Amino acid sequence: MLLLIPSLPFLGFLVNLAMGRRLSKTASGAVACAAMFGAFAAAAWSAWSLVQMPADARGIVQQVAPWIESGTLSVPFTLRLDPLGALMTLVVTGIGFLIHVYSTAYMHDERDSEYARYFSYLNLFAAFMLVLVLGASFPVMFVGWEGVGLCSYLLIGFWFTKQSASDAGKKAFIVNRVGDFGFLLGMFVIWNRFGSLDFQEVARQAGQLPPEAAFGVLSLGTLLLFVGATGKSAQIPLYVWLPDAMEGPTPVSALIHAATMVTAGVYMIGRNAVLFSHAPETLAVVAGIGVATALMAGTIGLVQNDIKRVLAYSTVSQLGLMFVAMGVGAFAAGIFHLYTHAFFKALLFLGSGAVIHALAGEQDIRRMGGLRKELPVTYWTFLVGSLAIAGVPLLSGFFSKDEILWRTFSGGHTFVWGIAVVASLLTAIYMFRLVFLTFHGERRNAGHEHASRSPGAPGHGSHGGHLHDAPPAMAIVLILLAVGSVFAGYVGVPAVVGGGNRIEHFLAPSFAAPGVDASGEHGASPAEALSEAEHPGGSKGEGGPGEELGLMAFSSGVALAGIGIAAYFFLRRRDVAGRLAASFSGVHRVLLNKYYVDEAYDAAIVQPIKRVSERVLWRVVDAGVIDGAVNGAGSFVNGASAILRRLQTGSMRAYALSVFVGAVVILGYYVWR
Amino acid sequence: MVPLGHYLMLSAVLFATGTMGVFLRRNVITVLLSIEVMLNAVNLAFIAFGRTMGSVDGQVIMFFVVTVAAAEAAVGLALVIALFRHRESLNPDVFTSLKW
Repeated sequence: MLLLIPSLPFLGFLVNLAMGRRLSKTASGAVACAAMFGAFAAAAWSAWSLVQMPADARGIVQQVAPWIESGTLSVPFTLRLDPLGALMTLVVTGIGFLIHVYSTAYMHDERDSEYARYFSYLNLFAAFMLVLVLGASFPVMFVGWEGVGLCSYLLIGFWFTKQSASDAGKKAFIVNRVGDFGFLLGMFVIWNRFGSLDFQEVARQAGQLPPEAAFGVLSLGTLLLFVGATGKSAQIPLYVWLPDAMEGPTPVSALIHAATMVTAGVYMIGRNAVLFSHAPETLAVVAGIGVATALMAGTIGLVQNDIKRVLAYSTVSQLGLMFVAMGVGAFAAGIFHLYTHAFFKALLFLGSGAVIHALAGEQDIRRMGGLRKELPVTYWTFLVGSLAIAGVPLLSGFFSKDEILWRTFSGGHTFVWGIAVVASLLTAIYMFRLVFLTFHGERRNAGHEHASRSPGAPGHGSHGGHLHDAPPAMAIVLILLAVGSVFAGYVGVPAVVGGGNRIEHFLAPSFAAPGVDASGEHGASPAEALSEAEHPGGSKGEGGPGEELGLMAFSSGVALAGIGIAAYFFLRRRDVAGRLAASFSGVHRVLLNKYYVDEAYDAAIVQPIKRVSERVLWRVVDAGVIDGAVNGAGSFVNGASAILRRLQTGSMRAYALSVFVGAVVILGYYVWR
Repeated sequence: MVPLGHYLMLSAVLFATGTMGVFLRRNVITVLLSIEVMLNAVNLAFIAFGRTMGSVDGQVIMFFVVTVAAAEAAVGLALVIALFRHRESLNPDVFTSLKW
C-alpha cells in the first residue's frame, strides 16, 4: 500500500512521458491529476490505518526490495509511514493534487507537447518527494532528495528558451549540489558512528547516548546534514537559488518552492530529531542560521517589486522560522508551521499566479494596483492567505507561528525570540505592502501590455481595462486553499486557550527514540532532553500559562501593528514611503540589491572558478597538456616521416643498390660469423 | 679436368660484370642484358657444383633459372616499351616519379 503512494505519480509521469505528445491537453492533465488524486487517496487510507493503531506503536513498514548489500552495509529499499511521515505525505499529495488541478487552467496556453512535459515533470516531482518523505533510511531519502532537486531544475528551466530561466535552473541545481555534498558527508559520519543508516536504528542508538557536551562526532554529522538542509530549504548561506527559482511557472513555485520541496530540510531534521537533540552545538547553529535567515529575507522582502520575489523571500523567511523551532528543540512546532505554511504559501503563490495570469505575464507590483474590484476571488483568497501568514489570531499561521515564538521564549532563547518577533513583524508588513500595492489604490499603467511577458507565459491578453478573474479550476483551488489556511491550524490549538494541541501529541512518537520508554530516564521528547541539557535542574515549563497568553496577545499585536504600518505607508501615505526610501537611500539600495549577496558570491566564488578554469584549466591544462599530447603524437610521426621519406627516392638504381647491399650484408654475416 | 675453382672464378667475374652493368649503364635495355649476364653467372656456378658433386640437381636448377629468365625478359622488354612510349627515354634515372 505504501509503495502505491509514490508509484502512482511515477506511473503518471511514465504515461505523459511516453504518450504525452499524442495526448490532448485534457487527457494529459487528467492523467496527471488522477495520479495525484490516487496517491492522495492511498495516503489518506494509510494515514487512517495509522491512526487506528495504538498511539505509541504507530508505524507501517513496507520493505520493497533489497537494494544495497555490501559487507556490513545493508540498505534495503524500505518505506515507512509514521505520524510525521503521514502528515507530510498528506500535505504533499493533498496540496500537490490541488496545484495539479490549478495547473490545468494556468498552463492552458502551452502547446500540447509542452503541456504534457509540464505534467510529467510535476508528477515525477511528486513521486520523488513521496520517496523522500516515506524513505526509512538515509539513502532512500537521498534518492528522493536528489530526485526533487532534478525536478526542481527541470521545472525552473521549463521555459528554457528564456536565458534567465535556464540560468536560474542551473543556479538552483548547482547550489543544491553544494548542500547535497554536505548531506552525503553527514551520511558517511552517521554510518561510521552507528554502523547503520536506518532512521529508527540510528535514533535508537543515539537515544541511549547522553547529549554531547562538546563538539563531537554527533555534532559534526548533524552539522553536515544541516548543510544539506540549508541547500534544499534555502537558508543562509545557500538560499540564493530560491528567489531566482521564481522564473519557473507559478504553480511550480507554489508546489516545489513554497509548499513541499523546500521544506525537505526541515522535515529531515524532524526525521532525525533524536540525533539532532543529542547535538546541542548543532541545534544552536540551526537556530542561529534560521533566525538570521528569517530576518535577512524579511528585510529584503520589504522592498522587492516583483510579486513572486516578495513571496519567495517570504518563503525563505518562514523557513527560517521553522529552523528556529527545530533549533530550540520544538520539533513539533516546526513541523506544525511547515504544515500550515504549505496551505497559505501555496494559496499566496497561486493567487499571485492568478494575478499574473489576468495581467498577461505582468509581475511588477508597481504596475498593478486596484485589482480588488476586477479580481474578487483572487483578492479575497489572497487576503486570507496574507492574514494567515501575518499571524492574525484565529487563522492557521497564528497558531503555528505563535507556538514557535512561545517555545523559543520559554526555552530561554530570548535573543533569538526577539529577532524572530521582528521577523514576524516584517512578515506582516511586506505581505500587506503586497496586498495594498496589488489590489488597492488606483490601477497603474492600465494600458501597459506584455512588458515582461515570458515566452509562453500564461494569460489571455488584458486588452483595455477589463480583466478576467481566475477561471473555475483555479478559483476552486484558491477557495479550497483559503479554507485550509483558515482552519488548518485548529489541529494544533495550544492547551492554554482550551485546545488539546493534538498535532504535537500525534507527532511526538516520531521525535522520540524507538524502544525508549516514554517516561524513561532520557526524556520523553528530545525537547525536554535538550532543555534539561541546557538548563540542568530546570524543566521547560518555565513560563506559566499567563505568560503564554501574554505572549500570544503580544504576537497578535505585532501582526496587527505590521498590517497597520503597511496600511499607513502603502495605502494612505504612499508619499511618505517614497520619502522614507529616498532619505534612507543607501539602506534602500542595499535591500533592493538583496545585500549584494549574489554579487559577493559572484566575486568570491563564481569569478575565481571561471578565471581558474579559463587561465589554468583551459589555457594550460587543456590547450597545453591534453591537446599538446595529442598534437605532439601527430607532429612526432610527421617529423619522423620527414626524415624517413628521403629513403624513397623513386630512383630504380638506388633501390637496386640497397637490395644488393642488403644481400651482401646478409651473406657476409653468414660467411664471416 | 678443369678444377672447380676456375669455374667459380669465371662465374664471379661474370657476376661482377653483370652487377656493374646494372648500376652503371644508362640504358634500360642494357640493364636487362646485364641482369641476364648475372643470371648466367649463377647458372654456371650451379652446373660446376653439380658436376663436381656428381649430381644433376645443379642442371635442374639451371633449367628453372633459364625458364624464369625467359619470362623475365619478356615482361621486362614489354615494360621497357611501355616506359619508352610514356617518356620517350630509356634512361632509368628519368623514371623517378614513383615516390611520395
